[in-house]
Amino acid sequence: MIQAILVFNNHGKPRLVRFYQRFPEEIQQQIVRETFHLVLKRDDNICNFLEGGSLIGGSDYKLIYRHYATLYFVFCVDSSESELGILDLIQVFVETLDKCFENVCELDLIFHMDKVHYILQEVVMGGMVLETNMNEIVAQIEAQNRLEKSESGRQP
Amino acid sequence: MFGSCCHCHRPGAAGFIRGFGPRMPAPIRLRELIRTIRTARTQAEEREMIQKECAAIRSSFREEDNTYRCRNVAKLLYMHMLGYPAHFGQLECLKLIASQKFTDKRIGYLGAMLLLDERQDVHLLMTNCIKNDLNHSTQYVQGLALCTLGCMGSSEMCRDLAGEVEKLLKTSNSYLRKKAALCAVHVIRKVPELMEMFLPATKNLLNEKNHGVLHTSVVLLTEMCERSPDMLAHFRKLVPQLVRILKNLIMSGYSPEHDVSGISDPFLQVRILRLLRILGRNDDDSSEAMNDILAQVATNTETSKNVGNAILYETVLTIMDIKSESGLRVLAINILGRFLLNNDKNIRYVALTSLLKTVQTDHNAVQRHRSTIVDCLKDLDVSIKRRAMELSFALVNGNNIRGMMKELLYFLDSCEPEFKADCASGIFLAAEKYAPSKRWHIDTIMRVLTTAGSYVRDDAVPNLIQLITNSVEMHAYTVQRLYKAILGDYSQQPLVQVAAWCIGEYGDLLVSGQCEEEEPIQVTEDEVLDILESVLISNMSTSVTRGYALTAIMKLSTRFTCTVNRIKKVVSIYGSSIDVELQQRAVEYNALFKKYDHMRSALLERMPVMEKVTTNGPTEIVQTNGETDPTPLETKPPPSGPQPTSQANDLLDLLGGNDITPVIPTAPTSKPASAGGELLDLLGDINLTGAPAAAPAPASVPQISQPPFLLDGLSSQPLFNDIATGIPSITAYSKNGLKIEFTFERSNTNPSVTVITIQASNSTELDMTDFVFQAAVPKTFQLQLLSPSSSIVPAFNTGTITQVIKVLNPQKQQLRMRIKLTYNHKGSAMQDLAEVNNFPPQSWQ
Repeated sequence: MIQAILVFNNHGKPRLVRFYQRFPEEIQQQIVRETFHLVLKRDDNICNFLEGGSLIGGSDYKLIYRHYATLYFVFCVDSSESELGILDLIQVFVETLDKCFENVCELDLIFHMDKVHYILQEVVMGGMVLETNMNEIVAQIEAQNRLEKSESGRQP
Repeated sequence: MFGSCCHCHRPGAAGFIRGFGPRMPAPIRLRELIRTIRTARTQAEEREMIQKECAAIRSSFREEDNTYRCRNVAKLLYMHMLGYPAHFGQLECLKLIASQKFTDKRIGYLGAMLLLDERQDVHLLMTNCIKNDLNHSTQYVQGLALCTLGCMGSSEMCRDLAGEVEKLLKTSNSYLRKKAALCAVHVIRKVPELMEMFLPATKNLLNEKNHGVLHTSVVLLTEMCERSPDMLAHFRKLVPQLVRILKNLIMSGYSPEHDVSGISDPFLQVRILRLLRILGRNDDDSSEAMNDILAQVATNTETSKNVGNAILYETVLTIMDIKSESGLRVLAINILGRFLLNNDKNIRYVALTSLLKTVQTDHNAVQRHRSTIVDCLKDLDVSIKRRAMELSFALVNGNNIRGMMKELLYFLDSCEPEFKADCASGIFLAAEKYAPSKRWHIDTIMRVLTTAGSYVRDDAVPNLIQLITNSVEMHAYTVQRLYKAILGDYSQQPLVQVAAWCIGEYGDLLVSGQCEEEEPIQVTEDEVLDILESVLISNMSTSVTRGYALTAIMKLSTRFTCTVNRIKKVVSIYGSSIDVELQQRAVEYNALFKKYDHMRSALLERMPVMEKVTTNGPTEIVQTNGETDPTPLETKPPPSGPQPTSQANDLLDLLGGNDITPVIPTAPTSKPASAGGELLDLLGDINLTGAPAAAPAPASVPQISQPPFLLDGLSSQPLFNDIATGIPSITAYSKNGLKIEFTFERSNTNPSVTVITIQASNSTELDMTDFVFQAAVPKTFQLQLLSPSSSIVPAFNTGTITQVIKVLNPQKQQLRMRIKLTYNHKGSAMQDLAEVNNFPPQSWQ
């Protein structure tokens, strides 16, 4: 099961924060900060797996992360997930974002936080992997966006 | 109230009043808010902007304006992500969910998932909305409802809505079906009793063509199998179908919609492999059915990309976990060996992790890759180094000890400080088990002490001392080497402690210059005392070390001839030391000189060879059942004879203890395997490294010597003088008329020991005979079971069996215990396993 998905930039500013286990707000922020510090220490030639920090749950949990340009994508998972599989999943998620936003960059995530959540929702649901086929996901997102558009001209 | 006055004055402020005068400007869009916040140069500036916007949002909410609600909630979620409080938006999310528009529902549900949880009553209000939305005409609305329920549904909500989820699990709409499957997983996790309800719907799940549905269906099946052994047995019949699906995925050739780097839907392949693993575990037939496909995947998968390796890795794990034939297992380990040589460090990492899991069961196969593993010790990556170290220790045996030790010592020299303590402990353990000669052993210890002396664990010092004592012929060599080691540098405390102790014991050998192993050094008594005194004075020496040094000096008074006066002087100086430990010792030694000089040489005599009592420390469970007290059960002689059955050997190996014979006569002889198996279950999660512990022959049982009164088992008298009072007793077990109560005692001076007295009573109309109580605890605890008062629990509660359990809990972890009860009742043999989880906090905190 995936406990949390965090995306933050090279300075630790959160771009996407999604927890699948309930934590109080202050703890959530602490976890983001702690994860950032753990991940920042890693060189680029080290493996992408980290034992989790103390806040997010203990020895059963691992942090699996990938670094894309200015952003870190971190998935906190327990032992029921395959580490290599999660690495692939992160790649799928990022490529999907790329397809939906057309050459996605950090600014897209900043200004369209809600859309990123919607895309994530089609990939991971309740901490479990829902769909991994990029084309499927993009098609479903586009259909829902069209539905929104048809309802009113006004965008949030 | 504000009414009339504002009306004619400043136009903008009139917005507080509904419908009166000009309204507030429309709330800004999310994009604008973000832009504004990004211009903030300091945290304080950002906070100010946020607060201003929050105030605007709050007033906007108060206006109950439907048009802008969704925009406002979006902004709130953004601010929430940055860490600002957003709870005042919770009700607004609910209003959005109840709206007819998809746009509103979308952001409303997202807000609910991010801001609400089941601890707030507010979330229950969603139940009705979700119920309606699950039946909505638009599939995307249904999807939102399923998603929200599957993320944060409470048990009550799940109970209410499980029926709807089950319906959707049978729909032909694949978009909804896959979501329903994951939602069902969540429902089952929240309300396990509902699992049965989803069983009919699972019948056709694997017939789906849509991969998304297949994927989530496999997740659902996996969850059900993991939760219930009955389900597991039921789903075993799916193995052929799963194998077929997997085969199609591998053989299907290029399929553009599922292709990831040339492999067809690797995620689904991995999921199926995992489910196969669970189904094939401990089951010969299923394992055989999957042998071929596993071999096929293992040999045909393309490994140039990560996706291929993920599949291969999962295949290896599955092969190792099921009852596969040995050829397949060797193939799997070889794949792991190849992984170790891969350039990708992620692959190396997972390979090392899996090898660690398999090294116990397939030791020889893993040994073949030893040199690669040892090379990983030199890797730059800390995570890889750690795993390589653990694996290396697991691979050390009598044949490779010399070579391995060389590598490990080299590693100890150069590794990061965080590893040194574990590495040192590991080396000591390995050396103890496999040392080819005493001299080698001492040399190895010396090497560790000198290179990583300050990282050696405290408990290593007494073990080392004991080891040295027992190597009688090496005393001269040892003390000489230790002396030379601390001459240059006496800052490493464990080294100095061991050295001081040895010099105190064997100082006479040191100055007499008799050493066979190497060139004896010329040392005078004064020089020896010099070094010990330097240790005493040094700022780097801890109080414990000083204690060692002082005692050593004192001992030398009987071994040295010319310097007794000097020793007397030193000892008397420390009689006024501010360190109480030192002072006490010095005063007592002084007294020895002055008043009890005739006893001095006897008291300070050479230490005799010590008996080794425990070998593995915290990971061992010591379980005794009153060996010296003959119970009516022992129809066999005390276990000094050869072990009767291999089953007994298994039990001994597992429990590391001595006396399990009472169990064997009562276990039904027609099913020996299951009795051992149940004990395995009893000790399921306990890690036992008890190979040396099993070695002490049962005849040497009295090593756990207890004063006679404890053997009565009648521990109604408190075992401590200063008991912590008021710990409530618990009923640990109550079934079929047998009730077992636990009462607790703890000592204030030794809070890590808890003494539990069990009382077993029988409310049925017939006695329970041959009653045996066994217990096991997790590995951070130690357990000692004393002998019971009897083996008969009389009927009608006319009497009880009492038995004492002592639990050592140094880490103050929550107490848990598994108990196994066997007895004869109404002519049949009864057996039960139970877990005791209701220990009161006062018994372990």
